[in-house]
Amino acid sequence: MTDKSIETGAIGTTSAGEQAAGRSQRLRTAFAALGMLPILILLAAGFQFLNPRFLTETNLLIVTQQSSINIVLAAGMTFVILTGGIDLSVGSILAASAMVAVMVSLVPDWGLLGVPAAILVGLGFGLINGLLIAYIKLPPFIVTLGSLTAVRGVARLLGQDTTVFNSDLPFDFIGNGSLFGIPWLVIIALSVVVLSWLVLKRTVLGTWIYAVGGNAEAARLTGIKVPLVLLFVYGVSGLLAGLGGAMSAARLYAANGLQLGQSYELDAIAAVILGGTSFVGGVGSIWGTLIGGLIIAVLSNGLILAGVSDIWQYIIKGLVIIVAVALDRYRLQAGART
Amino acid sequence: MSAAAKVETARRPVLEMRHISKTFGAIRALQDVSLCVHAGEVHALMGENGAGKSTLMKVLSGAYRPDPGGEILIDGMPAATGDPIKARASGVAVIYQELSLAPNLTVAQNIFLGNEPRRFGIVDRDQCDRRAGEIIARLGVSFSARDAVSSLSLGERQLVEIARALSTNARIIVMDEPTTSLTSRETDRLFDVIATLKSQGIAIIYISHRMEEVYQLADRVSVLRDSGYVGTLERADLSASRLVSMMVGRDLSAFYKKDHRPPDEKRAVALSVRDMSDGRLLKNCSFDLHKGEVLALAGLVGSGRTELARLIFGADRRTSGTLELDGKAISIGSPREALDAGIAYLTEDRKELGLFLDMSISDNISMGVLARDARAGGLRDFAAAQRRAAGAIADLSIRARSVQANAGSLSGGNQQKVLLARLLETEPQVVILDEPTRGVDVGAKSEIYRLIDNLAKKGIAILMISSELPEVIGVADRVLVMRDGTIAGEVTASQDQPLSQEAIMEFATGAAQR
Repeated sequence: MTDKSIETGAIGTTSAGEQAAGRSQRLRTAFAALGMLPILILLAAGFQFLNPRFLTETNLLIVTQQSSINIVLAAGMTFVILTGGIDLSVGSILAASAMVAVMVSLVPDWGLLGVPAAILVGLGFGLINGLLIAYIKLPPFIVTLGSLTAVRGVARLLGQDTTVFNSDLPFDFIGNGSLFGIPWLVIIALSVVVLSWLVLKRTVLGTWIYAVGGNAEAARLTGIKVPLVLLFVYGVSGLLAGLGGAMSAARLYAANGLQLGQSYELDAIAAVILGGTSFVGGVGSIWGTLIGGLIIAVLSNGLILAGVSDIWQYIIKGLVIIVAVALDRYRLQAGART
Repeated sequence: MSAAAKVETARRPVLEMRHISKTFGAIRALQDVSLCVHAGEVHALMGENGAGKSTLMKVLSGAYRPDPGGEILIDGMPAATGDPIKARASGVAVIYQELSLAPNLTVAQNIFLGNEPRRFGIVDRDQCDRRAGEIIARLGVSFSARDAVSSLSLGERQLVEIARALSTNARIIVMDEPTTSLTSRETDRLFDVIATLKSQGIAIIYISHRMEEVYQLADRVSVLRDSGYVGTLERADLSASRLVSMMVGRDLSAFYKKDHRPPDEKRAVALSVRDMSDGRLLKNCSFDLHKGEVLALAGLVGSGRTELARLIFGADRRTSGTLELDGKAISIGSPREALDAGIAYLTEDRKELGLFLDMSISDNISMGVLARDARAGGLRDFAAAQRRAAGAIADLSIRARSVQANAGSLSGGNQQKVLLARLLETEPQVVILDEPTRGVDVGAKSEIYRLIDNLAKKGIAILMISSELPEVIGVADRVLVMRDGTIAGEVTASQDQPLSQEAIMEFATGAAQR
């Protein structure tokens, strides 16, 4: 077997070349899936060295809690980026949904409906994005750039450009309560990740999402209804942004259409890319996104504990995103070599 | 040129590659390959995919360093190995399949890209244009040095690449499947250019799978197989059967297999196509396809064969036309509807339009029937996918490490078989195959022919688009020839008269009017 050529795949039963290709393929897959976990662990160890308060139970709960909303948004973003698209509007949708959540919570006796209301509002905006992208065939970047601005306007309009409060929020346990010592925010984020994994890896729809991202035209010729798949992913992204809005409202007892969720889309995209999902679609995993989201949260929290100034936090986080994209490029090039 | 002079120039070896071996770790990609190329000859290099042709050319161009013991002599002098820049300086140029031109620059700028004539450190555009003009005049082509490359056709761009090679005084030019994406007119022009280069004493190493091109061009043919050198044939000794048996190492007497009974007049019509137009190229195409028939759709590139296939399959929008399947009118507006009706289509461009390269073989094979296999709640049935993949791998003898390997890791022939497997999983009644053996090695080709034959035996109707006439004649029962978006003619075989290549070409070129 070993004296066969690197290129005799067509002749040998299983050539050594294909085996070698398989090995490096597996290595690359492992690199893509695990890629960032060692970096997360290294970062945590580094911050622990700088400040022993980092790896305490209290602080780790804070980190996971702080990352939960971003992870929920990033889960939705993973669906979108897997199809080769982008959703820039999630921060604005989150703001509008949070406004709706707080406003509905003020309705006597029906306040709990704030949560489903927020989710529905998010789903609605997501479906509008999806319709424009899937059926009018506009580029995702342009559509969601437009809704980034327009939905932000809607969020401000909802509260007449003021902050809405509800100090007696009926669903405040979501933002500040715990179950068996685990904050609800963390439970929700993890549930979203597990559900996303289930959809992406265990359902027909999930396989179609990968197929559309990998080769949209081939997917169409295989009989996959590509527009329906696109509508679904933007719907999911909007829905999860709505859920993020409810989580955010529950945590703050308030919402402000102007400030809430500003540039959240960038953190979500950064988490997805850090997690090894390819920007051109078709390759990636939700577990990577979870790790990417945690890296961003650990960076923010650790830099604060290490006494790094707010300005430098921005610079360092920005550099991390660029390094992440560089890694994405490297991976794609490695993939192109086969 | 007199015969004697011809022999003299032809016998001077400009390139000798001796005892070239190349190993990557434990894997041997080339084993003791020697190749001798004379000035002013077209030396064809043939072999199945993966036989080592590309590796050998990469050694020549300096991309790979050969293992110790191998040497390259240019004009009888040992040349540096493993150094692309020195290889280029010594006169070796490779024309790549993927064109590497900057489309927004002019022809002249592209020819001298990275090697611009300068004056006082500034690019001398006049000299650049003038020298580029001289080079393209040598090629006898119709575009000018100042034209933007973006305004040129694919074939013309290839000529720019050749001009670029000439600008560095290349004397050995390697062309790797240069006609793959050319129209037949562009191919003819390329062949004229090759003849010109030959007469100027330039040696051309010509890699191709197409027998006809090799017949037309080659002075000698060398064959590689399983990383080793098999032999070299002189032009006078060339024969298809000899070349094929050298390439595959066995005699392929039944290369084209036609065991299925050709349908007679009484056989039921499976698919009836009427008045198909797309408002651009296709004009009122009509034909009948019978059960158990292999109907070839021949014609030149650009005659509308793929367009017609895609229209039937619902991949593109039609402006007129009706379809009847088993005598019942059907309406097809999308590939999904075509597949549901029992019509399947194999694309001509498996990488761009067919495969999901980053997904597993198993997913690729099951992709069209995922919903059919799904369990409650839309959950995947991975066991079913596994079964289908294992079955297909056995039936079509797909060589793969495992069903979980990525489709991108397979060789061309096996990728094509994966696509065929996907198509068969949908259990179609009508199968449209668009260039089913393009870019596939000889062994896989004969397996695909056998598969087509078996499908026809089962009564499946097959419409096969092919640009290779021997294939059309070897496989099909009947041939429709397209020209300029219409069906220009039909060629049928009778008991004593097989399908005629000449008849097909007459319709395709318009020499015969209906």
